[in-house]
Amino acid sequence: MKPRSRLAAAAAGLVLLAAGCGGAGDTAAGGEASAEDTTLLVFAAASLQEPFEDLAEQFEAQNEGVDVQLNFAGSSTLVEQIQQGAPADVFASANTSNMGKLVEADLHGAEPVDFTSNTLMIAVPAGNPAEVTNLASLTEEELNLVVCAPEVPCGAATETVEEAAGLTFSPVSEEQSVTDVLNKVTSGEADAGLVYVTDVKKAGDAAWGIDFPESDAAVNIYPITTVKGTENAELGQEFVDLVRREDGQELLAGYGFAGV
Amino acid sequence: MRSLPRWMLLPALLGGLFVLLPLISMGLRVQWGSFGALVTSESSLQALRLSLQTSSTSALVCVVLGVPMSLVLARSSFRGLSLLRSLVLIPLVLPPVVGGIALLYTFGRQGLLGQHFELLGLQVAFSTTAVVLAQTFVALPFLVISLEGALRTAGTRYEAAAASLGARPTRVMLQVTLPLMMPALLSGTVLSFARALGEFGATITFAGSLQGTTRTLPLEIYLQRESDPEAAVALSFVLMIVAVLIIAVARRRVVA
Amino acid sequence: MSLSLCASVPERGVELELEVADGETLALIGPNGAGKSTALSLIAGALRPATGQVVLDGQVLTGQGRWVPPHQRQVTTLSQDPVLFPHLTARGNIRFGLRAQGQSRQRAHREAGRWLAELGISELADRRPAALSGGQAQRVAIARALAADPRLLLLDEPMAALDIDVAPALREQLRGFLAPRTALIVTHDVLDALSLADRIVVLEAGRVAEQGLTRELLTRPRTAFTARFAGLNLVTGRWAGGAVVLEDGTRLRAAGDFRAGSWVHAAFRPSAVRLTANDGIPRTVTGLLPRGDLIRVRTRGVAADLPPQEIAEHRLEPGSAVRLEIPAEAVTAYEA
Repeated sequence: MKPRSRLAAAAAGLVLLAAGCGGAGDTAAGGEASAEDTTLLVFAAASLQEPFEDLAEQFEAQNEGVDVQLNFAGSSTLVEQIQQGAPADVFASANTSNMGKLVEADLHGAEPVDFTSNTLMIAVPAGNPAEVTNLASLTEEELNLVVCAPEVPCGAATETVEEAAGLTFSPVSEEQSVTDVLNKVTSGEADAGLVYVTDVKKAGDAAWGIDFPESDAAVNIYPITTVKGTENAELGQEFVDLVRREDGQELLAGYGFAGV
Repeated sequence: MRSLPRWMLLPALLGGLFVLLPLISMGLRVQWGSFGALVTSESSLQALRLSLQTSSTSALVCVVLGVPMSLVLARSSFRGLSLLRSLVLIPLVLPPVVGGIALLYTFGRQGLLGQHFELLGLQVAFSTTAVVLAQTFVALPFLVISLEGALRTAGTRYEAAAASLGARPTRVMLQVTLPLMMPALLSGTVLSFARALGEFGATITFAGSLQGTTRTLPLEIYLQRESDPEAAVALSFVLMIVAVLIIAVARRRVVA
Repeated sequence: MSLSLCASVPERGVELELEVADGETLALIGPNGAGKSTALSLIAGALRPATGQVVLDGQVLTGQGRWVPPHQRQVTTLSQDPVLFPHLTARGNIRFGLRAQGQSRQRAHREAGRWLAELGISELADRRPAALSGGQAQRVAIARALAADPRLLLLDEPMAALDIDVAPALREQLRGFLAPRTALIVTHDVLDALSLADRIVVLEAGRVAEQGLTRELLTRPRTAFTARFAGLNLVTGRWAGGAVVLEDGTRLRAAGDFRAGSWVHAAFRPSAVRLTANDGIPRTVTGLLPRGDLIRVRTRGVAADLPPQEIAEHRLEPGSAVRLEIPAEAVTAYEA
């Protein structure tokens, strides 16, 4: 199925996947496997899971004999995995700082390029029981507000927005990830949470989104690059190109991502 | 030792290394220069304090609920007892996240009980109480399993003798059963404390994460990994030392 | 404090009726599985009978829709295992029963000391059970049981686990304690029955097989088990002209005055049996066992204890044909 040289590396990668959080989506489309199959390993931020699964499928359709394997986790976890020697051909980060870590470690194969962006949005449980209208209403005392911890990117963005709006939130919980924030909202435990536009979209009917103008202060930029030392540098670059192409961008927009 | 086949030493040694090596590796990664500062930061100390407080409370709740549970499971006989015995141990095999979700549907704002609490003005979610609930949920089986096993092994002859001397059931329980069970009770309590201390999944799912209120040491470690891996390693090391101490105490109690 | 038990436990094939008079000590004997332990469990309240009742001192403990739990029965069991609480000292064990009876702390402490002295083990007061010998532990258990002042004491082979050099002294002590008390003792040891029991009840297959005053029953047994327990041979035949005529026609002379043709038991000690050249009871040797300075020669229904010299002289071995003779004065004959 895979070239021998890749086999050990892939096995090592799987161990790392199991150890890290987040789901690894293997989108290898059933097709008959030939000895010439090439596996492209794409490490992508967890928030990119859905569009990238679509993109991988599209990429495989366009490139015969290519099998795209996706590893989704928090951007910092992914950088750490790459630093520890996990095999990766492409790395898509949810923010510039984690991409910066890769560049700092001199593990980038090409100059990273920004390919999409995401902004914060207020998520409330369906029906908006606490009658949230704008960012200022999140400071109300009786309100159970849940945000990301400042240590994680979405939390950093929340702090930026907070400062820009001149507000001080007193959240009941500072969660590890946007998913955790969203879960607290959809389950009704929290009255409101600050998540990304894409997350509200993902939640479907379980959560309603409320736009606020201050979100412009913290636009989250997603950079992408190939990883240094990969045998599939060319193929990796083609994947990066697909992501930046019009059809790739349209696909991202469908999941709530904005352009750059 | 002599009766063991010699080849067994190799896998035994490998197994030992497999457990110890990661711990040693972590110890090697600790930045000793900044260790003191890292583990005594405000957030670290708060997390440690919260962890010790909640774990002690959970261990206490485990004793208060677990001792009667063990006695009922070990000493009574009714239909469905063996099924009940298995059900009680479910949190032991359940992924803690699942436990957290189950607790959410019970004590959460819209949960089975939580919605009534809400009407009374009580809110469990996002409170330290929620942390204790989550920890107790996962730790209780440890106490029950060790105590119930000991009760079954000990049998009922001492209790029968005590009753034959005219002692009421309460006196028998307090002066005969419990003293005889003390080693098992102590090791069970230490185990449940340890399990509560290490609790992560159910807590983050059910209780949330807020410094000083719900962010226990494991949650703090996981969060620090995002921004300050060195601090995460230092705190992990602290947690490991606590775990080693607990095991040392527990083992000595069991042997004694 | 008389006890009356009348109960059936079908799943164990037990159907019993027992009476123990006030102040009496009753020995319960019988083969394994005869229902002795079941009887004790019924009385102690460890077992509920399908039907029947247990009445102690006029109070219904079990039956008639009533059930007194074990701890309220004032019935204390002393078994072959002392079951001393391992976490308490000897004194603490005794004190436990006294405290359970509602005595004050000081009084229980004093009383426990008195009982330790009574059993002659005051110096063991502060020892834990782990530091006591079997005999010492059983003494503590006896003190603990007696101190609880039960209305009825149940003894389940109390001496069975003790060394033979410890048992006699303990039996003697127990005799003194049981004399004024109502007690029921299960035993396999004829010495226990002889020295402790006023009366014996023999159980077989869950039923009372026979019962009687100790001396009477041990000298005139009516069942094979009782005879064996008493160390006697027991044969049965019809009375004819100053002799018991056995099934095979052999005659056993004995003193007595019975109606000719009536069924008569004849009991005699194995050591009274002699070998004879002619006449006598014809038997085949089934086994030889050492028995003190004698050899027990087993045959069907009759055992003979003979000196080894005689065994050698007659070259007795399993399968040998022998003729056995019992002097008339050694035979006790009584109506069957």
